[in-house]
Amino acid sequence: MAEAAHTPGRTARTRTLSDIFKIEGVAIALVFILLVVIFMITAPRAFMGYRVYMSFMATVPPPMVIALGLTLVAVAGEIDLSFPSVVAFASYVFCILYIDYDMTWLALLAATAVGTAMGFINGLVVTKLGIPSLIATLGMLFLWGGLVTVVSNGASLAIPDIQGTLFHTIFAGRLGVFPVQILWALLTAVLIWIVLNRHRFGESLLFIGDSKAVARVVGIATEREKVKLFTLMGAMSAFAGVLLTLETTTYFANAGMGYLLIVVAAVFIGGTSIFGGSGKVVGTVFGSLIVAIIEAGLVASGVQGFWTRFFIGLVFIVSVTLNAAIEDPDKVPLLKQLRSRAKK
Amino acid sequence: MTSTAIVRLENVGKQYGKVVSLRNVTLEIGSNEIVGLIGDNGAGKSTLIKVLTGVEQPTSGSIYIRGKKIDAASYSVKEAHNLRIETVYQDSSLGEKQPLWRNFFVGRPITNWLGLIDVKTEKRIAEHIMRTTIGFRGAGIDVDTPVSRLSGGERQGVAIGRAMHFESDLIVLDEPTVALALKEVQRVLDFIRSIKAGGRSCIYIEHNIHHVHEVCDRLVVLDRGEVALDVPASSLSYTELADFLMSLHSARDTSAH
Repeated sequence: MAEAAHTPGRTARTRTLSDIFKIEGVAIALVFILLVVIFMITAPRAFMGYRVYMSFMATVPPPMVIALGLTLVAVAGEIDLSFPSVVAFASYVFCILYIDYDMTWLALLAATAVGTAMGFINGLVVTKLGIPSLIATLGMLFLWGGLVTVVSNGASLAIPDIQGTLFHTIFAGRLGVFPVQILWALLTAVLIWIVLNRHRFGESLLFIGDSKAVARVVGIATEREKVKLFTLMGAMSAFAGVLLTLETTTYFANAGMGYLLIVVAAVFIGGTSIFGGSGKVVGTVFGSLIVAIIEAGLVASGVQGFWTRFFIGLVFIVSVTLNAAIEDPDKVPLLKQLRSRAKK
Repeated sequence: MTSTAIVRLENVGKQYGKVVSLRNVTLEIGSNEIVGLIGDNGAGKSTLIKVLTGVEQPTSGSIYIRGKKIDAASYSVKEAHNLRIETVYQDSSLGEKQPLWRNFFVGRPITNWLGLIDVKTEKRIAEHIMRTTIGFRGAGIDVDTPVSRLSGGERQGVAIGRAMHFESDLIVLDEPTVALALKEVQRVLDFIRSIKAGGRSCIYIEHNIHHVHEVCDRLVVLDRGEVALDVPASSLSYTELADFLMSLHSARDTSAH
């Protein structure tokens, strides 16, 4: 206290600095900017122009929407790995309804409804059968994936003529050069932020992820909330599937598989706790951007394409470890050992 | 003290298969009194509390709350909450990573019709509870502090403050001072006194009979599922209480041999 009184200016300044870092997402936004600057130096031709950023805004929204849903799932201490198949299923439903019946809005509604139903079933499998969600949803990934391959006969579908329709313009059009789907993704982010931080559903998820025993004692219906959670995750994955279909104007059975690593990585790079009980929606938004920029930036910098997955995996492990260490150093056994040795 | 008891158990029994945990327990908790519940491990303390707070149903006997007979089959934790009976468990009452204000209102948040939480009001009330009801003066603790940064005693205080805010008439404390430092124990005892000062009742389950004797109005000793003693605390000195508990031990030893 005495020290603080002597140097009021310095404490005030450090306090405002630490306050800035307390604002959700500031630290990870800086990491993102740092990456952009690095790639501007290593790959100036790509990263000094605007095109690469426009292309990000067209490709990042689907995985970002899924990652936002997965953030809520992770907050509750669960995981959902079935989303690639939900993406594919929604994409198939949308394409087939567009091709056979010329539906657009109804096709979106139907695709989302199918995803919602799949999510609901995922929720039942997790809660009623009591299988840990990691294993349960891994099983459902294959189950739904197999089903959509059977239903679609293993064929791919193309709907190039949807471009130019009003529906396509609203969800995947361009405002000048600016892809509108990023606005949908950001709107989703705002809604999910409100759900997590300001809605009673989000509060229930936070306490369920924190401790199931506490959640039960304070009167939260843990099973019902979890079913709701997986249902919402299914709906969001399906919406992402439609966004993806509109951008690529194709359906193929493996459409969502490429998202598996990058979505999970985006959530945990963003600072959501792998132990549950805390989540960072702004972090997930930047996590999605970081994963995308690493992929593009490495290739543009001349690193062979095969290496990008390696580096994303590396960044994933490092950032998850760092986040865990920030949360509680003792949760990282290596740090715990080093600390106890240092004490001796 | 002449008003009807908050809770009255009449000849309550509880059996788990062949094991008898409670035998003909008759017990009354009046308004604005602190009752210390003492007994060895396995004496039936936790079973009694579970029956009382709706976690488990009794196998025989009846429960009256404020003079009204309770239908044992439909009596649950939620029902107990509605009847303003709240339990503060040793270590499963608060979410570690969550800020204090969320912990005060979790399960019963103040929301609008959309289910959106009124964070400002919740924080203001939480602040008020901290300042007045439980008298937190801890440096660096505010409503945004996560529970993980509180000491064991402060945690008990938060849980007790929450129970008092939600107008519970009867607060059940399950061994609140276990594993606490001496200074912390004193704080918890102060919290218990504040329950009485707030005009409510409390059942205080404890191993350390010294603490019980210090704050309680009435002492109930359970022994092998039965009420062995039920007296005003003032009628018994600390040493007399200790002697009585020792006599239970020796009686059991002789009967065992």
